[in-house]
Amino acid sequence: MPDQVRNVIIIGSGPAGYTAAIYAARANLVPLVFEGTQYGGALMTTTEVENFPGFVEGIQGPQLMEDLRGQAERFGAELDPKDVTEVDLTANPKVVKVGDETYLAKAVIVATGSKYRYLGLDNEARLLGRGVSACATCDGFFFRDQDIVVVGGGDSAMEEATFLTKFAKSVTIVHRREELRASKIMQDRARNNEKIKWKLGTTVSEVHGDAKVEGVELTILDGGEKERLDVTGMFVAIGHDPRSELFAGQLKLDDSGYVVVEHPTTKTNIDGVFACGDVVDHTYRQAITAAGTGCAAAIDAERWLADIPIEAEHA
Amino acid sequence: MAGTTTNSNTVTVTDDSFNADVLGSSKPVLVDFWAEWCTPCKMIAPVLEEIAATHADKLTIAKLNIDENPQTARDYNVLSIPTMTVYVDGKPVKSIIGAKPKSAILAELADYL
Repeated sequence: MPDQVRNVIIIGSGPAGYTAAIYAARANLVPLVFEGTQYGGALMTTTEVENFPGFVEGIQGPQLMEDLRGQAERFGAELDPKDVTEVDLTANPKVVKVGDETYLAKAVIVATGSKYRYLGLDNEARLLGRGVSACATCDGFFFRDQDIVVVGGGDSAMEEATFLTKFAKSVTIVHRREELRASKIMQDRARNNEKIKWKLGTTVSEVHGDAKVEGVELTILDGGEKERLDVTGMFVAIGHDPRSELFAGQLKLDDSGYVVVEHPTTKTNIDGVFACGDVVDHTYRQAITAAGTGCAAAIDAERWLADIPIEAEHA
Repeated sequence: MAGTTTNSNTVTVTDDSFNADVLGSSKPVLVDFWAEWCTPCKMIAPVLEEIAATHADKLTIAKLNIDENPQTARDYNVLSIPTMTVYVDGKPVKSIIGAKPKSAILAELADYL
């Protein structure tokens, strides 16, 4: 029923979007959630999540997201796996479009998260899905007994490299700095893995291959010396960029494209629009922090809808 | 979510049936290379079902489980799933790699619908 004016539309479906949906639904706001085709967010392509509080033995990322989703649905959130194509957040009521369909809402919660960053090399995009991948759990299977590289020095690079040793003959981690950004536990796990080799202070400067990846060119940053590494796969885990293109020109974004909010609230520069999760946060980027700000966004929206000053309600 | 694939509009193909059902088809066939453990594959499954139901006259949508049928995936250099390849007159003419919104998949398939 596109014509009705809803209380709140939530755009996005990671831990932030679903937590906002749970809270908004429990506040009887009957939120409509546009989950997107790739619903569930970043955790859908992870394996074991070991640091989400409450799961002593860990939980599979996709299972956690199914559970959050089910919890939102149980309290009456309306979930729609469509991709929003256009918004007008300055209109009153606010306009959210999905192709030809127009939806209206008093308040909007933005929880669109982030997307994988690639190196930006010419052959990289062409060979995506032909040996270049950003998803070890999706594509690791195809690299049984082969030599591959993982690019990056953070937790996701360590996790992907460790996971990929289940299939690959060898995994070389290439990282531009000498130090790793990854947490101690993830680093140790990778360093203790005999199949993992290291090329630190080094970048991937080119991807070789015609129909599929056949090798990469490495450049050692100190001195610029180049070497070729024969690999059939390159997994890129160098971080993420916020998924905020939809809101450019409307919401205030910082230089890197993150939505700017009035901390400690989730208020954006537009009255009645709240933002949460990884589209805002470039500091912590954890499932639990995303869920936390999702909760805050729902409470902020609820109070805004009830016309209660948000700052006044610190109980 | 997606439900089961019984009463499905898609057909299941295997290494053994690929020649006859895909390469020998007089109608274009989109082959969805997928596996149980691939979450993006599960996300696009209902989208492909919808496309299959709407465009059955123009395009056959076939599903090939790469765990059970590794040979075909190897033959066609599938290194990422989901990979959706369109075969016309026995030749691969178009590949869509990775889960995408329905509108994007339909746009890429426009020539065959």
